[in-house]
Amino acid sequence: MSEKIAINFTVNGDNESRDVEVGQTLMKFIRDDLHLTGTKSGCEIGECGACTVILDGKPVNSCLVLAVELDGKELVTIEGLTKNGELDRIQKAFIDHAAFQCGYCTPGMIMSARALLERTPEPTDEDINEALSGNLCRCGAYQEIREAVKSASKK
Amino acid sequence: MAELKTVGTSVQRKDAIEKVTGSAQFIEDRYMGPMLYAKMKKSTVAHGIIKKIDLKKAQAHPGVKAILTGKDYPNKIGLYLIDRDFLAVEKVRYWGEPVAVVAAVTEKAAAEAVELIEVEYEELPGVFDPRESMKPNAPVIHEDLGNYEIVPIFYPKPGTNIANHFKLRKGDIDKGFAEADLVIEKEYYVPQMQHVPIETHKAAVQWGHDGKLTVWSTAQSPNVVRQLLAKSFDIPMHKIRVISSYIGGGFGCKAGASVEGLVIPLAKMFPGYIVRIIFNREEDMQGTFTRQALFSKLKTGVRKDGRITALQYEMIWDGGAYTEYGVNIVRAAGYSSTGAYDIPNVKTDSYCVYTNNSIGGPVRGFGMCEMQWGIERQIEEIAKQLDMDPLEVRMINGMKKGSTTAAGQVVQDVDYHKCLKTVADQIGWGKKEGKYRGKGIAGLVKCPAQPSNAASSAIIRINEDGTAHVMIGATEMGQGMLTAISQIASEALNIPVDKIDIKVPDTDFTPYEWQSVGSRITYTCGTSVKRAAEDALGQIYLIASDLLETPQEDLTFDGKKVYSTKDPGIKATIREIADSCKKCTGEGIAGPIIGRGSFVPTNMTNLDPETGQGNPGLFYCFGATGVEVEVDPETGVIKILQLAAAIDAGQAVNPQLCISQLHGGTIMGLSTALYEEVKFDKGIMLNRNFTDYKISSIDNTPHIDSFIIETPETNGPYGARGIGEQPMIAVAPAVANAVCDALGIEFNTFPLTPERVWKAIKDSK
Repeated sequence: MSEKIAINFTVNGDNESRDVEVGQTLMKFIRDDLHLTGTKSGCEIGECGACTVILDGKPVNSCLVLAVELDGKELVTIEGLTKNGELDRIQKAFIDHAAFQCGYCTPGMIMSARALLERTPEPTDEDINEALSGNLCRCGAYQEIREAVKSASKK
Repeated sequence: MAELKTVGTSVQRKDAIEKVTGSAQFIEDRYMGPMLYAKMKKSTVAHGIIKKIDLKKAQAHPGVKAILTGKDYPNKIGLYLIDRDFLAVEKVRYWGEPVAVVAAVTEKAAAEAVELIEVEYEELPGVFDPRESMKPNAPVIHEDLGNYEIVPIFYPKPGTNIANHFKLRKGDIDKGFAEADLVIEKEYYVPQMQHVPIETHKAAVQWGHDGKLTVWSTAQSPNVVRQLLAKSFDIPMHKIRVISSYIGGGFGCKAGASVEGLVIPLAKMFPGYIVRIIFNREEDMQGTFTRQALFSKLKTGVRKDGRITALQYEMIWDGGAYTEYGVNIVRAAGYSSTGAYDIPNVKTDSYCVYTNNSIGGPVRGFGMCEMQWGIERQIEEIAKQLDMDPLEVRMINGMKKGSTTAAGQVVQDVDYHKCLKTVADQIGWGKKEGKYRGKGIAGLVKCPAQPSNAASSAIIRINEDGTAHVMIGATEMGQGMLTAISQIASEALNIPVDKIDIKVPDTDFTPYEWQSVGSRITYTCGTSVKRAAEDALGQIYLIASDLLETPQEDLTFDGKKVYSTKDPGIKATIREIADSCKKCTGEGIAGPIIGRGSFVPTNMTNLDPETGQGNPGLFYCFGATGVEVEVDPETGVIKILQLAAAIDAGQAVNPQLCISQLHGGTIMGLSTALYEEVKFDKGIMLNRNFTDYKISSIDNTPHIDSFIIETPETNGPYGARGIGEQPMIAVAPAVANAVCDALGIEFNTFPLTPERVWKAIKDSK
């Protein structure tokens, strides 16, 4: 068996302790061990952004981070955006603007957008383009996504 | 027609909450039970005989449960031409073809074992250009072509690499050219592209102890998967259950059957276990369908007044190593070979040719992007040589009500001219804005490419409280089918959309739908659902009539109750009617209400084998794209200044979702126009990831001005027709036409990368 290391972290506000395999990616850990399957796997090499989560306030491709690096950190996944059944404003804006089609890139896209709004509450089109350029949407919902992020920023 | 209540409104997507919360389940998100994981061993040569496969080391690897090769199951599969091996048998025909499949207790163990499999090949000469592959002395890729089972509307030439030769002869081609004042002949090339849905191909399979096979698949078409697997593995259909989840993008690559068969024999060895295979990005790009490359020669005859009198089109398609599906793309491009134009004399030869490149297959547009690239470029050339406005040439020749297609089918319900005019007006057509700026327009048409009897069906169950379940076999891959179909059911039943439940299919429980392809679902499934709703509604009236002792014609249903129009006091709630209705005396009247509807086209025919004449189209959808560009002459970089798209949806069932499709198709088209080309070196796919194979991202996607035109489709549900694929078709030629307008340089191929544009500018000086 592979070597395991104990880590402590918070996930979506809850404290957790786990033993993780040293070579395991954060993406696999989130999906396979934490069973938070909202985080999607699209390329496993950091090119598509489908696995984006927020780690200590910053958006990261969870396929490029090792699970052991989670130790002592704060993780937010798409499941963490909904509070007591109430959708986050960015989620509501994505619905209002039909800013998704197949929905596979959507959790990653929303997490990147959420992180953008945290650091830039009123982003310009350029800010949005830059912040979301690492999140590929093959269905081509980009125009709706831009509108959704802008509308969420105004609230 | 009564005023529409739900159809035509932008109700919220049925899948909205699930998709924005991450709770929407895709195949990989499902926990199914005890699992084994499969990985493929892939060929390292593009064409070769398998001399030896040594499994010893791999079999001894910890965690490995079983390894199978093509010898263990030489079953073949194919939608139209049964030519494809799940695992290569005796020879490999493309680089990366699966030669063995491993099942292990972890994905990691399976991947490690794959590396320990040793395969020895005797390499054969390969062919990588379909024009070479057609030649009599070319190495034959499928020696058994003459023995393959085939749908008898395709015409392979055994002993050669030609998997299908589609012939079309309309009018008198010699007369057409004789009438012309000008004859133009040009060659065009369209390279392979990849769909790259963000969710790759995935399947999980369980062979039950009772012999029941359950398949969870990313397939666009569970019913076709079931049908193909039943045939390939000789299993009765009731013993196969195909379950769909949400699909993370399809665009054609998940049509037909693909990965499921790789793991079925492994599952059979371990009853009760679920054997799962997940293609990684590289496997998905290289081992699933690519868009077939097209080499074409197009010759048109035209009069001085701009009227096209003759069109001669030779298309040579790179079918790749297996053409089980590709033969029909070649056929579709052939029978549609005049594009959106009414041309009286046509001679078309469309060839599907085997090569040792990756497997060619369906992609959004199904041959229309490739074929209409040539048409829409050539119209520019016609206009240039006649010194006419290219928009005018399009207007003069564009199809209108009563025009005939290349196949001789008469088109109805057409306003192509409005589509053209709409985008032209939007981009300010006719006004030149600057030295390196240019404008371009291109048009499009597409009908669903489907067998003439491709069927559809629907069941609607009315619950005891008057809510309803709509059960259908179509899949949801982002196009918004669940929402549009619910709206059609709601409209017909007079029950609000939020009281209608609809789910993705499960072949054990949902009725038959051929395939969710070809932008056909709104029309086919929509018609079935409308009929099922009318059937249910008929039962509601029948039961109410009995209960209320009132003639049916005096009754009306408002979604909550049925009442007499003559005496509103005579009424019954939907609950009273739908809940196993009984009289006040206790005598039963009727049990639960189940509406049933089905559909099969009655307006389609086979095509004449010599002339290609007949009715291949269920409906025809027209549209147009307009572009303004600015080209940087120093770098060759194209900047999109304006992008306008119009599509004729007949009746937009959900305008917001129609716009989504229009945007999505336009962006995919723009991505192929500017960036996308799969590159091969002797069959080896070179760009197999998103770094090397660039697609549009948000930062390079311009604003799109979108227009839904509504020329009702007479036989479509509430006048609707499908529009999912179409918006992609005209984008690449519109961009090239605009670049040509800016620079005066012709491009006969795309993508228009900075390198290609820069070189062309340099060469023109």
